[in-house]
Amino acid sequence: MRTVEELDIIKSQYEESLHPDANQKQYRIHVCNGTGCVSSKSPEILRRFEEEIEKHGISDRVKVVKTGCFGLCALGPIVIVHPDGSFYSEVKIDEIPRIVEEHLVNGNVVKEFLYKETVAEEGHIKPLEETPFYSKQKRVILKNCGEINPESIAEYIAVDGYKAFAKVITQMSQEEVIKLIKDSGLRGRGGAGFPSGVKWEFTYKAEGDVKYVACNADEGDPGAFMNRSVLEGDPHAVIEGMAIAAYVIGASKGFIYVRAEYPIAVKRLKLAIEQAKQYGVLGNDIFGTGFNFELEIRLGAGAFVCGEETALMTSIAGNRGEPRVKPPFPAYKGIFGKPTVLNNVETYANVPQIILKGVDWFRSMGTEKAPGTKVFAIGGKVQHVGLVEVPMGTTLREIIYDICGGIADGKKFKAAQTGGPSGGCITEENLDTPIDYESLIAMGTMMGSGGIIVMDEDDCMVDIAKFFLEFTVDESCGKCTPCRIGNKRLYEILEKITQGKGKEEDLERLEVLGKSIIAGSLCGLGKSSPNPILSTMRYFKDEYVAHVRDKKCPAHVCKSLKEYIILEDKCIGCTLCARNCPASCITGETKKTHLIDKDKCTKCGICHSKCKFGAIEIR
Amino acid sequence: MENVKVTIDGKIVEVPKDYTVLKACREAGIKIPTLCYLKDVNQIGACRMCLVEIDNIRGLQASCVYPVYEGMNIHTNNEQIRQARKVNLELILSNHNRECTTCIRSENCELQQLSKELNIKDIEYEGEKNAPPIDDISPSIVRDNSKCILCRRCVSMCKDVQKVNAIQATDRGFKTEIGVGFNKSMNDYNCINCGQCIQACPVGALYEKRNMDQVWKALADKEKYVMVQTAPAVRTALGEEFGMPMGTRVTGKMVTALRKLGFAKVTDTNTGADLTILEEGTEFLDRVVNGTGKLPIITSCCPAWVKSCEQDYPDVLEHLSSAKSPHLMMGSILKHFYAEKAGIDMNKAFVVSVMPCIAKKFEQDRPEMEARGARDVDVTITTRELAMMIKEAGIDFVKLEDSKFDDPIGEATGAGAIFGATGGVAEAAFRTVVEKLTGHEIEQIEYHQLRGEKKIKEFSAQAGDRTLRGVIVSGIGNIKEILEEVRHGESKYDFIEIMACEGGCIMGGGQPIVNARTKEDVNVFEKRAAAIYEEDTKAELRRSHKNPFVLRLYEEFLEKPNSHVSHELLHTGYKKRDKYPDECKKQ
Repeated sequence: MRTVEELDIIKSQYEESLHPDANQKQYRIHVCNGTGCVSSKSPEILRRFEEEIEKHGISDRVKVVKTGCFGLCALGPIVIVHPDGSFYSEVKIDEIPRIVEEHLVNGNVVKEFLYKETVAEEGHIKPLEETPFYSKQKRVILKNCGEINPESIAEYIAVDGYKAFAKVITQMSQEEVIKLIKDSGLRGRGGAGFPSGVKWEFTYKAEGDVKYVACNADEGDPGAFMNRSVLEGDPHAVIEGMAIAAYVIGASKGFIYVRAEYPIAVKRLKLAIEQAKQYGVLGNDIFGTGFNFELEIRLGAGAFVCGEETALMTSIAGNRGEPRVKPPFPAYKGIFGKPTVLNNVETYANVPQIILKGVDWFRSMGTEKAPGTKVFAIGGKVQHVGLVEVPMGTTLREIIYDICGGIADGKKFKAAQTGGPSGGCITEENLDTPIDYESLIAMGTMMGSGGIIVMDEDDCMVDIAKFFLEFTVDESCGKCTPCRIGNKRLYEILEKITQGKGKEEDLERLEVLGKSIIAGSLCGLGKSSPNPILSTMRYFKDEYVAHVRDKKCPAHVCKSLKEYIILEDKCIGCTLCARNCPASCITGETKKTHLIDKDKCTKCGICHSKCKFGAIEIR
Repeated sequence: MENVKVTIDGKIVEVPKDYTVLKACREAGIKIPTLCYLKDVNQIGACRMCLVEIDNIRGLQASCVYPVYEGMNIHTNNEQIRQARKVNLELILSNHNRECTTCIRSENCELQQLSKELNIKDIEYEGEKNAPPIDDISPSIVRDNSKCILCRRCVSMCKDVQKVNAIQATDRGFKTEIGVGFNKSMNDYNCINCGQCIQACPVGALYEKRNMDQVWKALADKEKYVMVQTAPAVRTALGEEFGMPMGTRVTGKMVTALRKLGFAKVTDTNTGADLTILEEGTEFLDRVVNGTGKLPIITSCCPAWVKSCEQDYPDVLEHLSSAKSPHLMMGSILKHFYAEKAGIDMNKAFVVSVMPCIAKKFEQDRPEMEARGARDVDVTITTRELAMMIKEAGIDFVKLEDSKFDDPIGEATGAGAIFGATGGVAEAAFRTVVEKLTGHEIEQIEYHQLRGEKKIKEFSAQAGDRTLRGVIVSGIGNIKEILEEVRHGESKYDFIEIMACEGGCIMGGGQPIVNARTKEDVNVFEKRAAAIYEEDTKAELRRSHKNPFVLRLYEEFLEKPNSHVSHELLHTGYKKRDKYPDECKKQ
């Protein structure tokens, strides 16, 4: 591919295949091949579809396509049949023959296998966009995820892929692109929210014969998988964004730093880079402009800290991934000491669309200070865990209740952790605050890369803080004192508290040490690692106090502080608890109230779950 | 360099643009505590002791790595800063084996000193301590990570200065420790035993394998005739251990102290060095004149370099001089010549070497360093160990009278003495070689272009119509280019001197440890080098081939340099050595 015209030709060749003609009984079956669905055997589902289709001799009009993630991971494996858009969820292998025969051969949707929200009460099928999970979403970054085959560059081109890159390098000056990105208000989606156009401008203006672009795909927050889904579902969007950045700053080489724990993403990226080279959008003299750009994948070995930009660049250079002081900033001294633009996966994926659709379109979404959308990975105690994309400024209530179906099992919402181990929690009172970079910081947390973990009344906030601290204690790079030892000491204090050995002055020590770690650490990891403690202490001080003063865990999570009691008035002496107790610490005669020997009780909770009369209480 | 104006604690100072905040503060006379900072070696902002506050910058910043800029407003002393520094120090102490009374670095420990300065009384945040096993398998070096504070000064020294890359930070988080790959011992890895990591260590995490007990035992053994020899560099620094000013030459006191410790004979390795010059010099001349071996000839008296050559540059081994190092030659002569002349049973003769070096322990331990059934040297101790022995024996070193080395070996030449500084071996060699080549005495025997701290020093010497070209490499981290040329047959030199430690043996891994702050203000090399060159200028004889004992040795015992006997006793061979254990390579 040498010219923009050739790009258009490819687009027109493949465009049609994306839109099956209902009149000709054409179908296009999208089988999610994101990590979530793959682990519930979607590749086998894909194979079985192909076999059945072959068997029925309809392969000329029915195509099976592997796609990226649809977002509703809780209901995987997911299969969508186009053009009607029937959404089959939790698909089982033995359901496939029926779907093929009834739906694809005979044209009758198998309603009982459909995602129930897509079947209206009166029986007709609702478009996916009208279901609660999707109706409030705005899929911009994820627009191709689930829509095209991520392993086919042609399908990407068919949805206007590489058109922005072609436009930029054939029609726009570097300054024009910088102005456009600056005007769009695009901010880094990795968490800090630095204006991307400004970053590009710094690097563009920085002196240097060699410059680099790099993509931070070292997503490491517990429970976060936004970047993984983009890389798995739409790798070319990231490559295109990077190529545009490379043109702008004058780089001819780029690196994608992706964690080795993302094998599918890595595989699709490699394939995408290969195809991009074949198609001439990577390589030398791209679109005949004389612009050269090559991309290399660097695998991270699993260190969380390598998501920090200076550590990432140190790791790319082949050294132990450890942060260094800034300044010098990457824009002046980055990879191999050369000026470098480093952006996150999601940031790059925004770029081609901003170029094609313009500043006004981008600014029509989100807030004044943070235009555009943001992808969040929702985990924890909601009905539908998964991936959602919403305009910036959407409230947490909309995300949790409207999109994700509220708290699971009818429990009560307690808090949501954003920003992973560096962030803090959002409580009931802030559920209606529009989410953007600044509002989150005001609440004592941060955007982070977009992981949200929802907690309900059964979660102990001290225990949650301990969980995140344990993560940091392991994942600190070990370079600077406050983070390496300070976090360990914080963790030890929390452990004491959850074991009922805490004292009231420990709460003050947590605060003093936590603030000292924040003030004195070298990089963002250390500067934010005490946040989960400080934030939970800010909103749930009473829980901490209950642990240290009353030696009680109000959520009944901390084992050492739990006590199982048999209620005299409720126990009928059925002996079920005694028979199931693995520690043999429940005694009592048949039809008489039983008794738990507290010294022997291991607090496993089996008696509580076995009792049919609600006679065992946790205190 | 352009200057910038910065305000430090309300005082405006003008400093060059490339300064760090720490450097600017030091220049403004403001003391800021540091621990991981080691001038010219380690600037990584890890310990967070040097925290300062900078207006409009979030949090506190490590001044050792933060660059200055125009208009910067710095605060170095307020409640938050003091508190943060103290908390950090307490955190370090909470994971430090605080058995100070039995620590090798007690009273010369930067952590101890800082704790005192910052008034640490209680450790607020006690908790779990890492308790890694002590690595003492190497004959040269011991690593005790329970003392390690992860300042990484050793790592930077090993990686960036020496470019050996034997030690690195391993693991992550609280479990981070300094170690070698695959959890191996330093003995099984590519460590060359230079001991510069020990010199960089602020605490007692790294130290020499101590062999004093063997010396005490030998001294107490009536059946043993214990002789001692001291390397030229020892006398330039030993006084530091007793509070004497850096650069004090303590040769006479040292000899007296050794005698007081009970050594039967106190001899000077400088004579071994004179002997080395004749053996190595003759070998060199032979290669130059008769083409009997490969040129350039490369010196072999530095055991750390020899190990590096065996593992990193096995293809240049043929260039190494086959001469053993001076103390091994000396040991061999003490046993096979001197003992016999003195009527001592060779089996009872016991030789102790006092060296500025820990690689000498490894060298002495090499199985091939023996002849006629006797080890060349029996025990090697460092300058520091000698100081410890003197203290343990209750000898008031500073007040000792001077005395002289034992006859008939007596005093060596000044040429032997300067072996201890970078360029010294080459200078000593050329004093002899040029005279041997031309056949007449040269007046100008001081080669000033070979002296000083420069890492690479080229020189040439005229010997009749022949121009000999040489190069001095000071520091194993600077050998690469020169050895690549040798490797590819493109070297323009005839003679190469290599010392693994920058500055030579006076800066060796076994020398007294100078703390980081002193190193900022004092040029240790210059002070010690001045002492060693003074030893040369004060010597009666300054040419190795004029050493009367050495001349007698050839006359009565060795016949001539590189003779059959010489080869048997004073020369050795080298072999390719694996850099890493086999199981590490497979992985």
